Amino acid sequence: MERLAFELESAGPPAPRAPPVVVGVVASGNLEVLVEPGDLAGRCRVEVATSANGFAEIWDAVLRDFAARNAVAGLALSVNDAGATPAVVSLRLDQAVEEYLGQRP
Amino acid sequence: MTPGNPGHLPARRSYREATARRRLAGILDPGSFTELLGPSERVTSPHLAGLGLAVAFDDGVVVGRGLLGGRVVLAASQEGGFMGGAVGEVHGAKLVGLLRRAERERPAGVLLLLDSGGVRLQEANAGLVAVSEIMRALLGARAAGVPVVGLIGGGWGCFGGMGIVARCCDALAMSEEGRLGISGPDVIEATKGVEELDAADRALVWRTYGGKHRYLLGEADLLVEDDLAAFRDAAAALLASPRSLDEGALAREHERLARRLADFGGCTDAADVWRAAAVPDPDRLPLLDADAFRRAVAAARGEEP
Amino acid sequence: MTPALGALVGALFPAGHAVREEGGIVVGAAHTAAGEVAVLGTAGGVEVGVEAALALAGEVLRTVREHPGRPIVVLVDTRGQRMSRRDEVLGLNGYLGHLAACVELARRRGHPIVAVVSGDAVSGGVLPLGFMADAVHAVEGAHPWVMSLPAMARVTKLPLERLEELSQSSPVLAPGLDRFVRLGAIEPRWEPPLSEQLAAALSRPAGRDRRAELGLERGGRLLAAAVARRVSGEDGDEP
Repeated sequence: MERLAFELESAGPPAPRAPPVVVGVVASGNLEVLVEPGDLAGRCRVEVATSANGFAEIWDAVLRDFAARNAVAGLALSVNDAGATPAVVSLRLDQAVEEYLGQRP
Repeated sequence: MTPGNPGHLPARRSYREATARRRLAGILDPGSFTELLGPSERVTSPHLAGLGLAVAFDDGVVVGRGLLGGRVVLAASQEGGFMGGAVGEVHGAKLVGLLRRAERERPAGVLLLLDSGGVRLQEANAGLVAVSEIMRALLGARAAGVPVVGLIGGGWGCFGGMGIVARCCDALAMSEEGRLGISGPDVIEATKGVEELDAADRALVWRTYGGKHRYLLGEADLLVEDDLAAFRDAAAALLASPRSLDEGALAREHERLARRLADFGGCTDAADVWRAAAVPDPDRLPLLDADAFRRAVAAARGEEP
Repeated sequence: MTPALGALVGALFPAGHAVREEGGIVVGAAHTAAGEVAVLGTAGGVEVGVEAALALAGEVLRTVREHPGRPIVVLVDTRGQRMSRRDEVLGLNGYLGHLAACVELARRRGHPIVAVVSGDAVSGGVLPLGFMADAVHAVEGAHPWVMSLPAMARVTKLPLERLEELSQSSPVLAPGLDRFVRLGAIEPRWEPPLSEQLAAALSRPAGRDRRAELGLERGGRLLAAAVARRVSGEDGDEP
């Protein structure tokens, strides 16, 4: 098990506060992403717990791309990962944020 | 409203392919579900990190309150994708807590969306004890007059101790693709050998454990298509006809099980049971859809055609 | 009746008993300091199949019908449910669920239910009967388990050395009575005289299922009790 933490710059307006959502399932080669309101102005905080050790640099790259694609400043993301590929990680992150932002107030 | 579906029938949405959360959303009244001890609470298994295994924020079971046809129900949904829906310390305690809440709050019923291989081997002893606690809490809720209905149609079926839990419920609805038993095919093959049960023989596995055979035996009360709306309708129907836990009801159940043993005790294959039950043309049963199957076996189940 | 079962019932019921055993299924009655009791359960490690489950359920129902309120002593020595294609074809899980429901009926009708584990106590053999008791006690030879560590290593593909190492401190993995005591599921092993221990156990009020709380007190299950209470809302709902 490895625990990683990131603080990502993200352009655009801060994300609105909304009820938390969780997307994905912790199955082999998959992951779950929990999206909650965060407390960092202008940045997105991401905590990752992964059963695949030694991939910190890849997580860093995937998450930077994600934060560049989406306006996620002010959000806190928590990830439980069971060895997902970068493509699956990117897909789940996008789905999670889309679902969080798409909720009716 | 439904793109790509030009007919008047609503598109079928597979129960089997849906996640635990999607199943709840599809079965309860839209937007009515409120989760208890949700993912933000981060109550995860304390036993997995030491084994280098990933945890899930809900430990593989979603529990909470919602509406079914406007009536308040409590509901739990096991996530088969996470460790095969298996029961560990936290997962089990969430189910126990939900059933105790039912005993106290007396909702219109409890729905258990079961999808589980049984006890989680990575926390084996705690899982076994938790299953025992679930059984007592479930029977406690029923004794308090709260009907508990189980739905089985997920990819993991319902096995091990959860197979006993299922049959502690008032009633069960299954899809043909749902499977129910106690010792699963892989367990029997591993302990008793491939001659006893060939787990790779898919036709054998489905006719032994699948929803059709369980329905014909009377182990499942309703057989439904693999469709969220069908499970929803089944859940509502079964909540309306609870099974008493009193002495007379258990004596009748005892008679029923004794009769099954007398009628079919010589059968070692589900196909033998179907023949012994005098179902017309038993060999075609695996091919029928749920509706046609229900008609074909109505007499064998002692129902009016 | 095997010598081991004979010795056990002799020690539990020195004032006399009419306990029979056939094919590992135990049925009968006995005298105790707490009065006449019904005796039923499993012996010799028997695997519980459809016939055994039905017979045991029938004994529970008969006790409820013919001897209202009579205490039930459940003897436990089972290596689990019988694993066979025939048992699955016939719906063994349904027979076991029915047995559990019958035990629950007896409890609700005021029958004290005390289980005594004297050998194996495994999975589908112990869930519907022994573990349905108000309290589960143990005597010399009690050995509850779910799976051996080598089998667990095979099935879960986890390294056996790691499972053995973790089992030094964690009670959730390896077989053994001490671990199930720590989890709150079984009481510490009785010292003789067993008849006095049994009489004391029979006189204790049944109460609700407190196994999770005991698991917390004994340090074996740190989360179960709190999680169940939070979900049940019995302490009042959280904001």
